[in-house]
Amino acid sequence: MDRNRAALKTIALWLPPLAFLGLFYFYPLGTILQASFARATGGLAAHLIDVLTSPSVRNVVGFTVGQALLSTLLTLAFGMPAAYIMARYRFPGKVFVQALAGIPFVMPTLVVAAAFNALLGPRGWVNLTLMAAFNLSQPPVQFVNSLGAILAAHVFYNTTIVLRLVGDFWSHLDPRMSQAAQVLGASRWQALRHVTLPLLAPAITTAALLVFIFDFTSFGVILVLGGPRFATLEVEIYYQTVALFNLPLAATLSVLQLGCTLLLTLAYTRLSARMTQPMHLRPQHYTQRKLSSGRSRLAAGLVIGLLLLLLTLPLAALAARSFARLDPERGQRVVVYPGLTLAYYRELSINRRGSLFYVPPTTAIGISLGYACATVLLALAIGLPASWALARQDEPRLANRLNRSLDALLMLPLGTSAVTLGLGFIIALDHPPLDLRTSPVLVPVAHTLVAFPFVVRSLTPALRSIRPRLRQAAATLGAAPLQVLRHVDLPLVGRAVLIGATFAFSISLGEFGATALISRPEYPTIPVMIYRFLSQPGALNYGQALALSTILMVVCAAGMLFIERLRLAEVGEF
Amino acid sequence: MQGLRLDEVHKSFAETRALQGISFEVAPGEILALLGPSGCGKSTTLAIIAGLETPDQGRVYWEGVDLEGTPPHKRGFGLMFQDLALFPHLDVFHNVAFGLRMAGLPEAQVRAQAAQALELVGLPGFERRDVNTLSGGEGQRVALARSLAAQPRLLMLDEPLGALDRNLRERLLAELGEILRRASQTTVYVTHDQEEAFALADRVVVMNAGRVEQAGSPQELYRRPTSPFVARFLGLTNLIEGVIRKQDGAWHIETTIGRLPLKEPPSGRASQGQVTVLLRPETARLDGQQAFQIEGVVMKRTFRGGTCRLEVEVNGVTLDFDFPSRLDLPKEGERVRLGFEPGEALQFLG
Amino acid sequence: MYKQAWVFTALAVLVLVACGPVATSRPSSTPEASPTSAAARTLTVMTHDSFAASEAVIRQFEQENNLKIQILKSGDTGSALNKAILSKDAPLADVFYGVDNTYLSRALEEGIFQPYDSPLLDDIPAEFKLDAEARALPVDYGDVCLNYEKAYFSEHGLNPPRNLEDLLEEEYKGLLVVENPATSSPGLAFLLATIGHFSPEGYLDYWQGLATNQVLVVNDWESAYYSEFSAHGGTRPIVVSYGSSPPAEVIFAETPIDEPPTTAITGDESCFRQIEFVGILEGTKNRDLAEKWVDFMLSPAFQEDMPLQMFVFPVKPQARLPQEFIDFVVFPETTAQVSAQEIAANRDKWLQEWTATVLR
Repeated sequence: MDRNRAALKTIALWLPPLAFLGLFYFYPLGTILQASFARATGGLAAHLIDVLTSPSVRNVVGFTVGQALLSTLLTLAFGMPAAYIMARYRFPGKVFVQALAGIPFVMPTLVVAAAFNALLGPRGWVNLTLMAAFNLSQPPVQFVNSLGAILAAHVFYNTTIVLRLVGDFWSHLDPRMSQAAQVLGASRWQALRHVTLPLLAPAITTAALLVFIFDFTSFGVILVLGGPRFATLEVEIYYQTVALFNLPLAATLSVLQLGCTLLLTLAYTRLSARMTQPMHLRPQHYTQRKLSSGRSRLAAGLVIGLLLLLLTLPLAALAARSFARLDPERGQRVVVYPGLTLAYYRELSINRRGSLFYVPPTTAIGISLGYACATVLLALAIGLPASWALARQDEPRLANRLNRSLDALLMLPLGTSAVTLGLGFIIALDHPPLDLRTSPVLVPVAHTLVAFPFVVRSLTPALRSIRPRLRQAAATLGAAPLQVLRHVDLPLVGRAVLIGATFAFSISLGEFGATALISRPEYPTIPVMIYRFLSQPGALNYGQALALSTILMVVCAAGMLFIERLRLAEVGEF
Repeated sequence: MQGLRLDEVHKSFAETRALQGISFEVAPGEILALLGPSGCGKSTTLAIIAGLETPDQGRVYWEGVDLEGTPPHKRGFGLMFQDLALFPHLDVFHNVAFGLRMAGLPEAQVRAQAAQALELVGLPGFERRDVNTLSGGEGQRVALARSLAAQPRLLMLDEPLGALDRNLRERLLAELGEILRRASQTTVYVTHDQEEAFALADRVVVMNAGRVEQAGSPQELYRRPTSPFVARFLGLTNLIEGVIRKQDGAWHIETTIGRLPLKEPPSGRASQGQVTVLLRPETARLDGQQAFQIEGVVMKRTFRGGTCRLEVEVNGVTLDFDFPSRLDLPKEGERVRLGFEPGEALQFLG
Repeated sequence: MYKQAWVFTALAVLVLVACGPVATSRPSSTPEASPTSAAARTLTVMTHDSFAASEAVIRQFEQENNLKIQILKSGDTGSALNKAILSKDAPLADVFYGVDNTYLSRALEEGIFQPYDSPLLDDIPAEFKLDAEARALPVDYGDVCLNYEKAYFSEHGLNPPRNLEDLLEEEYKGLLVVENPATSSPGLAFLLATIGHFSPEGYLDYWQGLATNQVLVVNDWESAYYSEFSAHGGTRPIVVSYGSSPPAEVIFAETPIDEPPTTAITGDESCFRQIEFVGILEGTKNRDLAEKWVDFMLSPAFQEDMPLQMFVFPVKPQARLPQEFIDFVVFPETTAQVSAQEIAANRDKWLQEWTATVLR
């Protein structure tokens, strides 16, 4: 009857995401795990016990969790004040701040390392200025190859997640709640603690979860910025797979990493189900005010200024270096202003050695954007139904538990080793009609595996916060369920859709690890090309890498600004 | 039959039995009030009629057709919620025009009908206003306009005037009645306020704890309440327990306030037994000419404009009586003698 | 509707302007440009990310042999090899190029190659032919050597180091940066050089000495060369890189220079030779085309193209080297020797020992 129809609807909604995951995640993952364990003596259980009792593995897990936790806390601490300013105030240039904060997310690790190096390395701008100013012989600031570098890089990458997810949700909260609390005698801090933060809890937990998983599976940052003294699970898996070809151990570590991720996501889904409640969402033009008082202007200036300092200064340093001559005059070791040049940009368009794999930068930009658009569409196509299914709360209890487990499963690709999964693609997708191993289609698919959880996590809290009464009102006014989605749900969560799209876009644009493994060399993305330049000696090569990185930053910012400004019907207005 | 008919509708939520066999009818063009205290199941009834909930048992018919299986958006009914549920992301015009757009009407017609609805509720020119900044009264009128604009076959209003101040409520009530009658709009109006129900409705259904206590026109209900609950709800509070006796060929009721004579034996009841009697408050006389008299002390005297209410204590029982205020009435603390014609004053309940 | 579309357009215009028009040199084309005649078969070559070749040379080969080349780049050497091994039942390609002597045993044991005794093998020096059964045929080699920045030493009035032992000297304290052998191919090669030179029993003492001399270990070549090496913005003038890095510095200099700013240290078994092999994959359906490709890789056209594309040296002795290589490369007389089988057997142990000694 009615219950059956509701169950059918839930199944229909879950079908696209589950089919996608089943085909492109569980199937390859299962295949590679099975193939790995087939090479070993003893089964999974024996290996797991070995691994779990080994002290070095415990150390690695301990460090992985510890640095992820620390990074997440730092990211939250750094991002929340900025999220508050962005949520509650209108000021000129706000959309640029949001776009600038999102660029780090896109940058490949090698480029971020180069950026930090350009700013804080032994001959970076900071050290050069200090050495010139104080006449020092040695650079005073030691940054790379330290835990500090890892943490800073993580905050650098992930602050945008907090800004967008928490900031957007916050911008729709009715300010009268906090005002009511203050009228009842709460100070502003107390109102924040007792009223606003609990209401924000779903968004904060979601952001924390995503940031944590990213930091937990961090690879490039640990490898390049942390140096050889630090190893996370992901690094260890890479080492066992590639250097030692010890597939059984690598597979066991992958399973361990997956297990940790699954525990985390299960805990999260239980928590979030209890936390979300329908509330009065208000449009942004209603909740946001101009910066009028001197005090608020000062505070906003400080917070946003600090944000931009950390997030853009390294990138600006990198961009500056792409315009600066890299060969200072012979004999002048400390030169702050070496002279400007466009040589590296021009060089990008020249195929000096007639290389087979030369691709002009415009083509590479086009390829990157093409993959990014495909990823956005695919991620929305499977993320939207999943979010809608998760947001339905009028279900009997069994369906709720099902929803929660499926929700946890959705997040698993984020916590899976890219090395393992890449190999899984190779050996699983090898028979027609699924022989996609060398197909360019695989690249957006791989990107979508990481991108669509973001879409789901952006949309679900927003969808859950819509008062069911509004949907009922629409129904009694003659709106069929799809029309309700289009005219009530989507406009109210339109911004969340755009944010999910922005994340999908950024993730695809900056993805390097999986793309390098599976992309065709004649369709290189910008990060792949940057890596090509960086792996060869020579000032021109390095300069071209810097120039291409700067182009990537610009393309990313432009793309995000474009998405932000999209107005499809009422989507995004709210 | 034309119009709406509910037939033995039952509905439970978890352990609570919200509706236990509701049946009533609404004729086309009629305004029916569902009257009852909070929690009696009025809103649930509306939800079932609208199709937002399905009954566990029982059926809902419209013009003779069983509505089971028809989803809410296909019923063509209008529902105005107590908390309004205006769409925060749309302005006034788009809120009001929502149902018209869903029906796929051409844009010009949508504009015209929406403007008409806004005129009807007295908010012309409000189209571009932001719904989040409307006052209570304005919001309620916009919500009403939204429900009316689509010209529903049946309009349901759930405590639409609850949040308004007294003056606005009375004025809107009058306007609402006018609007509904002019349009011959079949309406179900839910309220807990007896005055509202009586002022507006053609017929009233009194509900209590998921059951229909009594249905009828306001006059019928007021003149002949059939249960103590209904009587009390309507403000008829002079309920007296007594025992019917026959003595010396005459029937009377033994009560705490005295022996009340009866003209004829009560119909359809046991010739001897417990009854609850209502002493109608408007039937008390001061001129001592009636068949039976009671004596008591005036505890309170309340001036109410046209009428004056005396609370009189008789043998420890407090009774209320209304008199035209032009009469010369005893003051508080004075003894008073009241007379009643048994035929008009006494009513049996239950 | 698109209020800030002008931002996007402006930025796009900026980007396009900065990149300049596409050069007048040959128009870029994907290898999809098919050769003239119809029904051209495709030969798929699986390789690592560093593979490079001139378009002209490849096109010539395609046209002469009426086939199409499809290159599959599959990550670094180790990753690419793993993919080939795991897909050996349903191979992704016909040929695999890029196995080097550190991975050779793994490739041969897994049996992914089928033998091909190419006639062009004859005049290749025996030191390169590590597989007697010609399942893996040598194509090129590179020497992983210490590089140092000349200007630094002349400014500080220091003599540059001449061999591995010199690095233990006091005067070179804190001047060396190496890569982690666990995560970097040149890092592993340098470790093998020390094992070859000091023997598997003595190499740890050497590394102990380096650690005392404040050697800096980073995880990848890019960090070592572009972040820490003083020629590119770092503070350490001695780095583990390739023998071909100095000429690359000349070729890729920003403004034309006469001599490289760096030099490689090549004496006394201080370099390790990495030899790269090509092999025909088991299960290929294009054996004939694969043979042609292998012969092509050993032909003068390709062998002489390689140095400026991949910065490796040809195995064929008659292949002419580009002038910069002749001018600026010092070929080591002897390089450190560690056999492929020894590497396969002890890699795990050596890496663990090294990590325990140097990183703890």
